[in-house]
Amino acid sequence: MSTHRRIKDFWREQRIFEQRAVAASVIVIALAVVLFGRLIWLQIVHYDKYTDLAQGNRIRIEPQPAPRGIIYDRNGAILAENKPAYQLELIPEEVPNIDASLRGLVDIGLIAEEDRDDVRRTIRSRRSFDSVPIRLYLTDEDMARFAVKRHDFPGVDIRTRLARSYPHGELAVHALGHVGSISVADLARSDRERYAGSSTIGKIGVEAAFENVLRGRNGQREIMVNARGRSVEKVGGLKATRNTIPGDPGGDLLLTLDLEVQRVAEDSVRDQRAAIVALDPTNGDVLALVSRPGFDPNMFARGLTRVEFDTLTKNPDRPLFNRALRGTYPPGSTIKPVVALAGLTYGVTDPLAPHHCVGFFSLPGNRHRFREPKPKGHGFIDLRGAIAQSCDTYFYNMSIRLGVRRLHNFLSEFGLGRPTGIDIGGESAGILPSPEWKQRAFRKRSDQVWFPGETVIFGIGQGYITSTPIQLAQMTAILATRGQNFQPRLVRALRDPETQKVTEIAPKPLPKPNAGERKDWDRVVDGMLAVMQGGTASRAAADAPYTIAGKTGTAQVFTVAQNQRYNEAAISERLRDHAWFVAFAPVEAPKISIAVIVENGRSGSGTAAPIARKIMDAYLLRKFPPPHNGGTSTSAQRGSILDSDSSEE
Amino acid sequence: MLRESLNSTTQRILTRTARLLGGLRLDGPLLAGLAAIAVYGQFVLYSTSGGDWESALRGSTRLAVGAVLMLALAQLRPGFLRRLTPWLYVIGLVLLILVDAIGYVGKGAQRWLDLGLTRFQPSELMKLAVPMTCAWILRERPLPPNPRTLGLLAGVILIPTALTIVQPDLGTGLLILMGGLIVVLFAGLQIGYIVALGLGCITAAVVGWSFLHDYQRQRVLTFLDPQTDPLGSGYHIIQSIIAIGSGGIFGKGYLQGSQSQLEFLPERTTDFVFAVIGEEFGLLGALVLIGLYVFVVLRAIFLASQMRDTFARLLASSLAATFFVYVFINASMVSGLLPVVGVPLPLVSYGGTSMVTLLAGFGMLMSLHANRKLAA
Repeated sequence: MSTHRRIKDFWREQRIFEQRAVAASVIVIALAVVLFGRLIWLQIVHYDKYTDLAQGNRIRIEPQPAPRGIIYDRNGAILAENKPAYQLELIPEEVPNIDASLRGLVDIGLIAEEDRDDVRRTIRSRRSFDSVPIRLYLTDEDMARFAVKRHDFPGVDIRTRLARSYPHGELAVHALGHVGSISVADLARSDRERYAGSSTIGKIGVEAAFENVLRGRNGQREIMVNARGRSVEKVGGLKATRNTIPGDPGGDLLLTLDLEVQRVAEDSVRDQRAAIVALDPTNGDVLALVSRPGFDPNMFARGLTRVEFDTLTKNPDRPLFNRALRGTYPPGSTIKPVVALAGLTYGVTDPLAPHHCVGFFSLPGNRHRFREPKPKGHGFIDLRGAIAQSCDTYFYNMSIRLGVRRLHNFLSEFGLGRPTGIDIGGESAGILPSPEWKQRAFRKRSDQVWFPGETVIFGIGQGYITSTPIQLAQMTAILATRGQNFQPRLVRALRDPETQKVTEIAPKPLPKPNAGERKDWDRVVDGMLAVMQGGTASRAAADAPYTIAGKTGTAQVFTVAQNQRYNEAAISERLRDHAWFVAFAPVEAPKISIAVIVENGRSGSGTAAPIARKIMDAYLLRKFPPPHNGGTSTSAQRGSILDSDSSEE
Repeated sequence: MLRESLNSTTQRILTRTARLLGGLRLDGPLLAGLAAIAVYGQFVLYSTSGGDWESALRGSTRLAVGAVLMLALAQLRPGFLRRLTPWLYVIGLVLLILVDAIGYVGKGAQRWLDLGLTRFQPSELMKLAVPMTCAWILRERPLPPNPRTLGLLAGVILIPTALTIVQPDLGTGLLILMGGLIVVLFAGLQIGYIVALGLGCITAAVVGWSFLHDYQRQRVLTFLDPQTDPLGSGYHIIQSIIAIGSGGIFGKGYLQGSQSQLEFLPERTTDFVFAVIGEEFGLLGALVLIGLYVFVVLRAIFLASQMRDTFARLLASSLAATFFVYVFINASMVSGLLPVVGVPLPLVSYGGTSMVTLLAGFGMLMSLHANRKLAA
């Protein structure tokens, strides 16, 4: 209490206050100096750094996608082009909640529920501030549905982009390939910067193999953006600078394909599982490349849903599978002409000496009968007749005389057992067996031994040997030109879209097979001519105004046990033999060589040869049957961005 | 002749103005300083609103309301202010509790009382009421204050501080604390106490903080002020520093600040307006503003030191010092020297009660100065 009653000392208090006031003033000035120092530090010392950062904030470089190169057939028909299409794009940084937005888009039916995870993954994989396409090819109805709810989806917008379009639908799809949405894996493979602003990338076929030509170079445009990433023209006293780096449109491709021949080829095997390769034997040009069933590449360019993709992959006929390049089948009797040429080259056979065919062949000291489709045999038959009638015992005999090594090496020179090197890749090598191959291929020691019996059937294209349709087309082309050998190619020239300057790609010659003399070749070709004239395929050549050399073949799917007869009726369709036919024409100056395989087609002569005839008529005579209708524009109008690679193992 | 007459005219105008100001109980230099800051502020706000006259006009309206209040308060008799003080404090306290209770019931942060016409923030009232009450308590007691008085003051300051912090509004709470503390400091709190207080605060903060895990610290920060979650404020402060740094010495020019115009700078009309000044007017522009603030504060402290009454000078000096504390905290936070707490830049930041409170404070200060000779 006493302290409380202490008397106030006015002057002392005044003095204390004045001291405090001075101290406060000093502190105020000191703190102001601290602030000033901080400003000098930021605005003078680190001025450059913050200027760069501010510049980086406001300027965004927006890619300007280059139009993709157009693909033409050999006569200038358009096979792949670009059409303006509306697509839904999303800028992740502008979307407050990506998951919620995607859910909303599913609710209004713009994205399929099954695709949501794929879309989300794709969004994550893109560069930041990139506009990510989340749904391609919007229909008018889609756009209307989105327009109503647009305000619910900040950062999501409809944009017009050039989209890939394949005017002929399924036609030549396994040669052309297709583009598809850029997948996470695609981005990992290629330069992400390059694809900024692009929606699609070549997935397979020509589209993938020539991606670097077709893609062009995306241009760039500087735009001023605000904090939400929106492009701004003018705000306050700021105006957008519009620096642009123009891009280069993608280069056009001129293919070797002949659209009309391709159409005839496809129509002739429309409802079958089949593959056809037609080559120009004088330069390796692929005139037609068919693998049926096919699919509509527009589905992929539009983006197909998970369900659609599953439907394609689960189809037992495997429409995505490229049989022409990847299908491996025993070549059967189609290799007999080459085996005959080997026999002539190595002098193990006298072409004119008659061989007695009794319907089967046995190795000395072995009771196993290698049989002949014609049970009673062909009787006495020479080389020409053996080719024409496809006499197995003749070639069993010759195989044994040649031996496996010479057979292997000789066939190898005709391109069997390795990819042909076609410019779109994606081929299988097939199998050209040899004792060495057997040692590599089998783990068990007892399996690694090469048996003489395996040599016997090697000569008629059965056993371990498998080959692809394109290999047999190339083999036939080599026979046709008596040894000229070219790497098959689908692209014959590039064209600059701006200058229209065409850069031809020279045909790529391959080493000539080291085989026989001209007369040996002629003898074999004569045998193939005989096939078409009184031989196994004579009906297919009826009334042809040009000469055809061909050879039928069957690839066994189902092995007939000893002492049993091959009974067609009893075997279900899928186990029937595959039908082969190889041919070239005209014999005097070959312009086309063809390999046709029809899976489970039973008979090379009955099924495959007439198909080859239609294609030859189309190419050599420009004679076209009425085109098959439908199938080109029936695909679904979906536009998901599912990253599906249609190549199948 | 002409010059002389002109000179005499100028002189006459000046004396008339001085007499008018004196009659209105206003201090010329202080008023000029405040006016300069306010005009500067309106100019900048026009830029931040992207050249939108309407919102600039709304800012000016608020400024006008504050100015009128300042003029009105300047007319008050100090005795009235003194008598008003305890009531103001009690009313403020009741409203603060009310707001907290409503917030508790409504399960959310609550700072406002909705008065229908306008929303009123009791914690803003406390910014004035606490220093007034402290000065009121100290006015008749011998200074420096004895421990008993200090205890009383601690209660007067800490209760509203705590009530504000739990709203939660850490920024305003700390400013209330600061306002009271400054009165005590001007009252002559012994050096020993000051040192002890400083050390106490530092150790308490360090010890308390070090006991927390990272996620708890984050949670504490978020709890104390949910609007400035660390990630968000991190982005804010980065953009703010870029804005200031890229302004350079002369700035990018009026309406030319890309950071502010393109909205990279958050809260550019309110808490981060200083960064706009740094960006568009550069180091020089910021320096002018800081200079004006320092002038106003020093002038106010000088006015306070002329007052003969303890209540008057304690209140006046604390208002001046608090004003500078606002400036310093805001500028430091915007330039990355202090963590982000929601403190506006006095007289410039767009919005609310703060402008009105500050001008009301200066009105009281001028009233106290006009009556400095009177025993309050």
